Amino acid sequence: MKYELVAGFETHVELSTNTKIFCSCTTQFGGEPNTHCCPVCIGLPGTLPRLNKRVVEYAVRAGLATNCEIAEISKMDRKNYCYPDLPKAYQISQFDMPLCNHGYIELSNGRKIRILRIHIEEDAGKLVHSRGSTLVDYNRGGVPLIEIVSEPDIRSVEEAKEYVEKLQLIMRYIGVSDCKMQEGSMRCDVNISVRPVGSEKLGTRTEIKNMNSISFIAKAMEYEFNRQVDLIESGEKVVQETLRYDDVTNTTSGMRGKEDANDYRYFRDPDLVTINVPKERVEEIAATLPELPFAKLDRYVEELGIPEKDAALLVKYRKVAEFFEKAIEGVKTPKTASNFIIGQIFGTVENEAEKEAFDIKVTPESLNELIKLIDSGKIRMNMAKSTLDKMLETGKKPSELLSDSDMAGLDENTLNELCAQAVAANPKAVDDYKNGKEKAIKSIVGFVMKNSRGKADAVAAENKIKEIING
Amino acid sequence: MSESMINKLHTMLQQKEISCRELTNAYIEAAQRDNESLNAYVTLTPETALETAEKVDRKIASGEKIGLLEGIPMTLKDNISTENIRTTCCSKILEDYVPIYDATVWKLLKAQNGVLIGKTNMDEFAMGSSCETSYFGGAKNPHNTGHVAGGSSGGVASAVGGNIAVYGLGSDTGGSIRQPASFCGIVGLKPTYGAVSRYGLIAYASSFDQIGPITTSVEDTAIVYDAISEYDEMDSTSQGRKGAPVCDTLKNDIKGMKIGIAREYLDGVRDDVRQAVTQAAEVYKSLGAEIVYFDLPALKYALPVYYILACAEASSNLGRYDGIRYGYKAESYTDVNDMIKKTRSTGFGDEVKKRILLGTYVLSSGYYDAYYKKAQNLRGTIVKAFKNAFTVCDVILAPTVPMTAFENGHAVSDPVETYLTDICTVPVNIAGLPGVSVPCGYNAKGMPIGMQLIGDNFCEGKILNAAWQYENAADIYRAADFGVKL
Repeated sequence: MKYELVAGFETHVELSTNTKIFCSCTTQFGGEPNTHCCPVCIGLPGTLPRLNKRVVEYAVRAGLATNCEIAEISKMDRKNYCYPDLPKAYQISQFDMPLCNHGYIELSNGRKIRILRIHIEEDAGKLVHSRGSTLVDYNRGGVPLIEIVSEPDIRSVEEAKEYVEKLQLIMRYIGVSDCKMQEGSMRCDVNISVRPVGSEKLGTRTEIKNMNSISFIAKAMEYEFNRQVDLIESGEKVVQETLRYDDVTNTTSGMRGKEDANDYRYFRDPDLVTINVPKERVEEIAATLPELPFAKLDRYVEELGIPEKDAALLVKYRKVAEFFEKAIEGVKTPKTASNFIIGQIFGTVENEAEKEAFDIKVTPESLNELIKLIDSGKIRMNMAKSTLDKMLETGKKPSELLSDSDMAGLDENTLNELCAQAVAANPKAVDDYKNGKEKAIKSIVGFVMKNSRGKADAVAAENKIKEIING
Repeated sequence: MSESMINKLHTMLQQKEISCRELTNAYIEAAQRDNESLNAYVTLTPETALETAEKVDRKIASGEKIGLLEGIPMTLKDNISTENIRTTCCSKILEDYVPIYDATVWKLLKAQNGVLIGKTNMDEFAMGSSCETSYFGGAKNPHNTGHVAGGSSGGVASAVGGNIAVYGLGSDTGGSIRQPASFCGIVGLKPTYGAVSRYGLIAYASSFDQIGPITTSVEDTAIVYDAISEYDEMDSTSQGRKGAPVCDTLKNDIKGMKIGIAREYLDGVRDDVRQAVTQAAEVYKSLGAEIVYFDLPALKYALPVYYILACAEASSNLGRYDGIRYGYKAESYTDVNDMIKKTRSTGFGDEVKKRILLGTYVLSSGYYDAYYKKAQNLRGTIVKAFKNAFTVCDVILAPTVPMTAFENGHAVSDPVETYLTDICTVPVNIAGLPGVSVPCGYNAKGMPIGMQLIGDNFCEGKILNAAWQYENAADIYRAADFGVKL
């Protein structure tokens, strides 16, 4: 029998507000243990939370960017459980009235992965195990999170990967999170079950907790899919449980402990007042949202004539897309800019993180200047390329790197003269060409290009050289 | 005659009839002496008190005018956080806990050079009606030390009633300011929920808790209330006082004021108490007020609603005492869960454990709808019932407690009956309304009787006005035989 995978995601995204959700401590990652703390975020007796307005705004942005409805009225609840990293013995979260509801993310195959809800909550601290004892670092306690809960609409590992990548991309674009999975600012719990293809009924699910890399998610899902199919095939039952994925052995195993059979005794947090986000405020926030990457991609392909593959690379990083858009203002050939960025400029940017930051010496204005010089015929492509190399190195503008004569172009007499010189200086190539070796002409053209310092038009030069040789 | 102690001492200080140092020393000495009988204080703070006194004396010496509360010896209930001064909630679990920040109310009073004599006794985590659940033993009634001071703010009431503090701040979750004030024959105000910041008040039940003054006169209560009822950005539920300072309208005429009496408040009340309250109504008539009788049937839900909701919140609020970051930690344990278990089992007293268990139960899945949710709905019913009441009257007159102060040990021996005695005080907390307890007589054994004036939200001005007029006309207050005699 053929089986189908059914998966849903609970994704925690750390919001990049400057301060924590209920106090004014910094949210910065790292720092000496317990230095980003105050009486409020370590839950000292008598302290009270104050909701950071920015957190609500960021969550609304996330909701709008994932096609959610924004609740005009919502509230904060207490999720009670006892664990040393949770200083109040309850996490302030949202239970039955989340801020955002009923959205979706569309995948490239056209399928929509529905989003059930997005709610805001506080992160917990971190346990540090060392030399037989356990220490607690509360720096992360109170860092704002959103939890994005999808419906079980994912049907393959590929879809799962694309879903996570898309979420990551959207959150980065709208500036609410850096979504660094390795630093834990984005973490996924994957709910997974299997069923015979064609069946409508959901199978028993398991939940793989705390996944912090897309490739591990893929591997864990594959493993778990096969494990569940094997169980069913051999007549056994899948047990509903919480699993941990071990990336060394590439297996999942049951997790016992704090998450097991917990009754969280949710109730409204009496210390916080109702959250009110009027429609006008939602509209205000919506107006500040940037164009989302998928809309950009369509526009690049359809309006600018950028090949889809290249366009996808440009929109993958918000800063790159912004750079590109500034660089093509008023130019005739946006594709030239795209080629420069993906080819030469990306060549100098080492990894994903650097592309994300896109901190390079060239400004979009100077790339724009360079492309306009090409557009107007003042310089040729090869000169432009070498100029861009210098720009990447020095940060100088084209006008600072190119002399007037560089940009003067080449008049016909000079071209003729250079071509004549080239023919005279390369008797062997001339002979080869005459003997039918068409390609020999290239080295003669090369001579012209070199001596014109790249200013010559290669096609015109080739024609002129043929004219001279053929008499 | 109950005069304003604060006004009197303020004038003496300003006119240099007494130095702040002398005044402070008098209170410290009396506190040290009388605490043996009253057990009102659990921590005395003579050094900080004298330090502040010196500051005030320098100010007076330099000819500067001082504020009304400057240099006045006062006390705080031991659940109000004080930086560098231990704040125990009278629990073993916080016996050595020293806060690193000040509660907003203390910040406000400290800024006015309030002279803190010490921190006062209370029922453990404010859970109790006799102060006897305190880890340090109960505070005694200054009118008869064979009786309790009441609770949970028993220490403040005992200290103020026994004049080893001029005034104090207590907290009131289900009557914890008004009941001990009533038992000790003094005045106690539970402000509107949100009028006074809760920041720094160690939570018992967050949607009920309010800090308020306990004093010997209505005018002093008004003065202290005006000083602490400020909006505080540290407390999201804070709104601050609305309208003019209550002192401005304190002595207004009350001709034509409608004073409502709900029959349900008088059911099951002891005869001496009912009589005293009925007499108070007569006093109001003589002052030109109109007495209006009405029904408040929703009151019968008040006790279960209160105990379900308050315990639910408490079970969550008290989860943090796990021995990890501060406070008492079990001496020996096998692992972290064992440590938390042992710390809580030995750190909390029985009453606290009982309420945590009850609260955990009513929030548990399967029971939530039957208890917590139903109680929450009934809370709405009670709020509406009071709203309606205030369409027929301006203030409600009721007993504060159906009886006078229990004898020592009685509350512990009969906990259910003790819970029932909260019947007159809890409705106000459920509805978030302001209520003030004012002395209105003494029973045959000389134990004080208190009456309660309840107002609509943020109508502290109105109930204190009515309270002052009664106090002025009835002249009930009797000083107890303790404390400073000037």
